[in-house]
Amino acid sequence: MKKILALVLATLMALSLVACGNTAGDKSDLKVGFIFLHDENSTYDKNFIDAAVEACKNMGVTMVQKTQIPESNAAYDAAVELIEVEECDIIFADSFGHESFLMKAAEKYPDVEFCHATGTQAHTSELKNFHNAFASIYQGRYMAGVVAGMKLNEMIKNGKITADKAKMGYVGAFTFAEVMSGYTSFYLGAKSVCPTVTMDVKFTGSWYDEQLEKQAAQALIDGGCVLISQHADSMGSPTACENAGVPNVSYNGSTAAACPETFLISSRINWVPYFEYMITQVKSGKSIDVDWTGTLENGAVALTDLGKNVANGTKEKLAEVEAGLKDGSINVFDTKNFTVKGETLTSYKADVDFDAEYTKDTEVIENGVFYESKHRSGPYFDIEIDGITLLDRNYG
Amino acid sequence: MADTTVKKHREPLLHIAKRDDMVWWKACLIRLSAILLALLLVGIISSLLTGEGFGGVYSIMLRGAFGRIFQGKTSLLWRFFQQTAILLCLSLAVTPAFKMRFWNCGAEGQALIGGLAAMVCMMKLGGKMPEWLLIVVIVVFSCLAGAVWGVIPALFKAHYKTNETLFTLMMNYVATQIVAYYVYLTGKGSGIIQPVSTGNLPVIAGLPYLLNILIVCVLMVVLFVYLKYSKHGYEIAVVGESQNTARYIGIRVKKVIIRTMLLSGALCGVAGLLLVAGTDHSINTNTVGGQGFTAIMVSWLGHFNPFVMALISGLVVFLRSGAGKVADSFFLNGSFADIVSGVVILFLVGCEFFIRYSVKIRRGKKGGNA
Repeated sequence: MKKILALVLATLMALSLVACGNTAGDKSDLKVGFIFLHDENSTYDKNFIDAAVEACKNMGVTMVQKTQIPESNAAYDAAVELIEVEECDIIFADSFGHESFLMKAAEKYPDVEFCHATGTQAHTSELKNFHNAFASIYQGRYMAGVVAGMKLNEMIKNGKITADKAKMGYVGAFTFAEVMSGYTSFYLGAKSVCPTVTMDVKFTGSWYDEQLEKQAAQALIDGGCVLISQHADSMGSPTACENAGVPNVSYNGSTAAACPETFLISSRINWVPYFEYMITQVKSGKSIDVDWTGTLENGAVALTDLGKNVANGTKEKLAEVEAGLKDGSINVFDTKNFTVKGETLTSYKADVDFDAEYTKDTEVIENGVFYESKHRSGPYFDIEIDGITLLDRNYG
Repeated sequence: MADTTVKKHREPLLHIAKRDDMVWWKACLIRLSAILLALLLVGIISSLLTGEGFGGVYSIMLRGAFGRIFQGKTSLLWRFFQQTAILLCLSLAVTPAFKMRFWNCGAEGQALIGGLAAMVCMMKLGGKMPEWLLIVVIVVFSCLAGAVWGVIPALFKAHYKTNETLFTLMMNYVATQIVAYYVYLTGKGSGIIQPVSTGNLPVIAGLPYLLNILIVCVLMVVLFVYLKYSKHGYEIAVVGESQNTARYIGIRVKKVIIRTMLLSGALCGVAGLLLVAGTDHSINTNTVGGQGFTAIMVSWLGHFNPFVMALISGLVVFLRSGAGKVADSFFLNGSFADIVSGVVILFLVGCEFFIRYSVKIRRGKKGGNA
């Protein structure tokens, strides 16, 4: 028995020596470690994973990933593993709840750069090696909204609906700033071309639940919505729309292949520009921005090709709006364009700086414009405006 | 009947016979070879999926679980012991109940509610009393919360003969929803409770996981003694074997059921305490992460022996992190780790059959005369 035990132990030790030999002494190129909440089965993580693979390939650096990392101390452990065992020079994490644990690791390893998507704490933290990133996706949503508005106008013109029946539906995950900012910008985009538009919103309470999303979309359609969009990660809503023949504005990528008749357009955040940016900065020894915001200009806010059933003239209108957003002549959250309980907003304090109580601490309206993603990269627009009806709420 | 020709009885090719008790080292040898065979199969599956050689797959698994211990990088080794300790703690917790044949499938919820009690104390009482007192309060409340969650199904079982499997399972969902609601109340819609710095269990010798590991080691020894040498342990064993016998020799069965589930729940509460006050300093519905269910399997595979359960916990954690590493290295799906663990556990469970029964093969052409 002892002999067998000794043999097993000896084999194990020999194997672990092999394990060490494989990667030792390979320090010449840069290594980037990625921490993902799920794996490629979630469209949210897939968007990050695909971008990471592409960016690392373009930049000629090694990619190391840890998938299925929950929003707990496991995120800290994953960072430690990526640094101590894999010797990564940059650590990136993709989920909101990873942030505090990533900051703990950033404190322990001051020589490693830490980048975090969707987070909110970098600009108030004293850590020099911790950075947040997000994109002003509300611009992409606004443009997608313009496409939706054009489609509504076409329906009104064809006599399919009357102007007062131009009601859109929106399937959201949770009732919080990231989603609210998204559907409000989408609505304002539609309203900029179709002034009579209204919108109903339903929340599923999950980022990924195909059945719930499908049911929510169907409920909206049954409630008289003639066009649907969504901020949740499954194919539930697009499928419901295709079955019912209702136009759909998608998110995270094109759904044209599965829903050819009803797909109009999709906006998404393209993370390749950010990944390339952070790698370039580290390679050249420069510092990474505390808060990086992806825009239409740097390619982080991306729109897919148009679907085959969009209204005539959509392409031209879209180019015009894009130019307007780029040169600043169009501001998505211009207070002239929306009212809250019948009043125009002149002042609003949003929860920008991190604290445990989520205090609304910063004035975000300047010169009549609510500036989203200006005081930090993560969205903070959380106002319920007139014209949008929340059929339910879900805070997770 | 009229049939006068007596058909000659033919022995089947294989037959199964119950074995007498096997010598312990032989049983160990069978289990060890089952693990090795399973690992061999895992190696073959992985090689086929990844195109990596045999040795490569195993070395990646070892690196994923233990890191580079030979280069003095011990962080992953500590993580390994920490994860093993948490799983072991939950397994220890369900063991007294199982030994009593009370199917406590509620470790997940009992641990979660214990963790929630710790979290509430940390958030509401932090800064309002000395830190040492706060920690005492947290320990008491976590154990209490776990015990209450465990004893509710036990009371119903003892007095109304309800089905404890279903009851404890349902209690898991209730606990999860309560935590979800608390996260909503405190997280203000962000879905996250940020880590709290008050009421954290102390870090000893600069090693954040050491205290957790030591606590579970002590629990392991205490539970071994409790089950094997104490009067309570004896009562649990008798109630488990036969409630009628227990009654006949004067054991109050209801009392034993309730007392044992108080203990089982309180130990789950400790696991929640170690996870929340000792590790995450925050809570969400996924804090226990299904380990309350894995613990059931660990307890059974360990034959309710705390020391064997420690080895099984270590094996499960090794497979989880090792296979996870293989999956990440080759861009395989996250389910790969489940497949690997599944294969090894199937072999481990399967080999018990060969320990309890012997398979006899018919010898020679005639046979049947022996």
